[in-house]
Amino acid sequence: MTRPSTVSYTGRGDTATDPPAPGPGTARQRGRQPRPGRGGVLAVFLTPALALFVLLVITPIVVAAYASLYKWNGFGLPENFVGLDNYTRAFGDPTFRGDLWRGLVLVLLSLTVQLPVALALAMLLNQPLRGRAVYRLIFFAPYVLSEVTTAVLFTLVFSPNRGLGESISTFLGAEAGAVFADPSTVLYAVFLVVSWKYFGLYMMLFLAARQGIPKELSEAAVTDGATAWQAFRHVTLPLLGPTIRISIFLSVIGTIQLFDMVWVLTGGGPIHSSETMAVTMYQFGFRRFEVGYASAISMVMFLLSLVFALFYQRVVLRRDTAGAITNQGGQR
Amino acid sequence: MTAHLSRRSLLGLAGAGAGAYLLSACSGDDKSSDPNAPQTINWWHIQNTEPMLPVWAAMANEYKTAHSNVTFTIQPLENEAFKAKLTTATQAGDPPDLFQSWGGGVLKQQVDAGLVKDLTDDVKDLVGGILPAAMGPYTIDGKIYGIPFDIGMVGFWYNKDLFTRAGITEPPTTWTALLDAVRKLKTAGITPVAIAGKDKWPAHFYWSYLAMRIGGVGALQKAVDDKNFDTPDLVAAGERLKELVDLQPFQKGFLGAEYGSPDGQAATMGNGGAAMELMGQWAPAVQASSSTSKKGIGDKLGFFPFPAVDGGKGTATEVFGGGNGFAVGKDAPAATIDFLKFLLSVDNQRRSAKTGAVLPTVKDATDAISDPNNKVVAETLAKNTGFQLYLDQAYAPALGQQINDSVAEIIAGKKAPAAILKDITQVAKTA
Repeated sequence: MTRPSTVSYTGRGDTATDPPAPGPGTARQRGRQPRPGRGGVLAVFLTPALALFVLLVITPIVVAAYASLYKWNGFGLPENFVGLDNYTRAFGDPTFRGDLWRGLVLVLLSLTVQLPVALALAMLLNQPLRGRAVYRLIFFAPYVLSEVTTAVLFTLVFSPNRGLGESISTFLGAEAGAVFADPSTVLYAVFLVVSWKYFGLYMMLFLAARQGIPKELSEAAVTDGATAWQAFRHVTLPLLGPTIRISIFLSVIGTIQLFDMVWVLTGGGPIHSSETMAVTMYQFGFRRFEVGYASAISMVMFLLSLVFALFYQRVVLRRDTAGAITNQGGQR
Repeated sequence: MTAHLSRRSLLGLAGAGAGAYLLSACSGDDKSSDPNAPQTINWWHIQNTEPMLPVWAAMANEYKTAHSNVTFTIQPLENEAFKAKLTTATQAGDPPDLFQSWGGGVLKQQVDAGLVKDLTDDVKDLVGGILPAAMGPYTIDGKIYGIPFDIGMVGFWYNKDLFTRAGITEPPTTWTALLDAVRKLKTAGITPVAIAGKDKWPAHFYWSYLAMRIGGVGALQKAVDDKNFDTPDLVAAGERLKELVDLQPFQKGFLGAEYGSPDGQAATMGNGGAAMELMGQWAPAVQASSSTSKKGIGDKLGFFPFPAVDGGKGTATEVFGGGNGFAVGKDAPAATIDFLKFLLSVDNQRRSAKTGAVLPTVKDATDAISDPNNKVVAETLAKNTGFQLYLDQAYAPALGQQINDSVAEIIAGKKAPAAILKDITQVAKTA
């Protein structure tokens, strides 16, 4: 990382030194030496949550993992054991390999377009601006809509013959009406709709983080002769780091699991051009009754998310989460 | 390495899960066999729009009035929503008491899983009065698992005005003539064909009909029996379809179009935006309800059967179609079958037929067909020399969906017909 250490450490100096030693250590000690009566309390408070977690999270995962080893149409109990055939089939299937590729494209687009735009807007709306609250409200509004509502809305907007998008683009001398019907544009069209819905959320996150940064820091930088860009690049941006990193995390995980929007907008078509892993999984599980194969796809999705989440949390988010915990518990 | 061990523990866990589920499934439903005990019939149908929606509701009310112990929970669902919802319910082993069924491979899967009631003995008296072609898809291994209330066929619905404007004097009777008509319509600046590319099933009508016309009515059944679709006749059907696709006959944005949405296939026809569509007997009703005027194109709408293909083994009198019917869930209360018979009474079939949205399966009710288009369909159907059920219903779901997906690839012009028939064969062999 190239950020100038002086500035970033003023912001997190106390947090960076505190967390590693006492935090986890104390927790472990407490765990080992329960006070009398504490076990009962723990059991009472933990059991309901743990039971629900096992029933609703662990069990389905285990059942899916189990089903993914069978050729099974979902009726009765699985009997036809096929080993890892479902997995080899998935990775040999052009549609599923396409899903992985399209997922990657969507992730890259989110990181290079959606988040920067949200960040730029957040910075803009942090400036003293007439009607600032109204803009904030407008930009955040799409996030409040449900995915299905958003998708239906945009199918109407981009309806080829009478949609608003078609009228506007015809007026501008272009043709936008068929963006969802053209295999070469549909993925980008879907991405635009997803971004339209979610950029407001990231904008709000960035805005909140920005407002948490004391004014004095940028003022000091400007007094020391930094330009507005330098102040942003070397003061604001590093201090927004934790929020940016968690936004990337949310965005990637959200993209891996993308379903509702695609399903309602395009159903994955035309000819699989906008299909995601979740859509393929649904097609096989609920249309073709190949529950075993669909389970294998869902396991791949799960493992991808899990590996990414673990890796990201360990490597990228480690200091952020440690800082956040100690800040709240200890310092403030 | 520890594959054996982990597999066993997984088995145990799944077994425990299944056991818990079975326990929970045992409680709940009232499985009384007494038809006079208080009972609720949970009914899922797909006539979720005018004109049939209120008719079903009225019939249920009349039945309820006559049988004070029976109440209804009716769920009218849109076609695709119904399929998704039923899948979840059946996979959970908990089907509704009375629900939409097209018969065929999907019904067979439900029968194999023990989810639907064998109606053979209960409906003996009813079946005699029903058109035999309609009963076919609901008869599995000689037993009856559903009753059709509607039977129809797919054919071309066309806009007479637009045909005249393009200088087409009579409906085409051969595939070559159809392609000519498409060219004439294009020259006249008219969109020749409306199609719903997003929904896929409307496109599979084209390939299926071509396969029947080229290979004869038995070709599709033989293909699934042999698990081989890679035959010269079926490839030829794909190539003939490609001839049509190459003329670019479809409406703008057809690959994203749904069948029943406000800008979809039916609306395009109903608003006069395209000259023809290949669709089932319900087409006039859906055209009307999804058009902006809510009336469709009225008497400008005509019907002609799918044309013959030169040199093909099939004839234009062989029909591709199917009907709507109801199956009865395994735990349905006793009055369900009686209510089903009530729906299929001659009077109630007449009432359904009068709406124009249902072509009755009860022979004595066919005189109530008033709509001229429906009459043509009923007559064509009555004269049929061969019948093939919709492939996505006749075949097992995995194969049916593969055909829909594959034909969509021809329609999109993305894959050669020979290649897609290899894809279909692959699924037929493994599914």
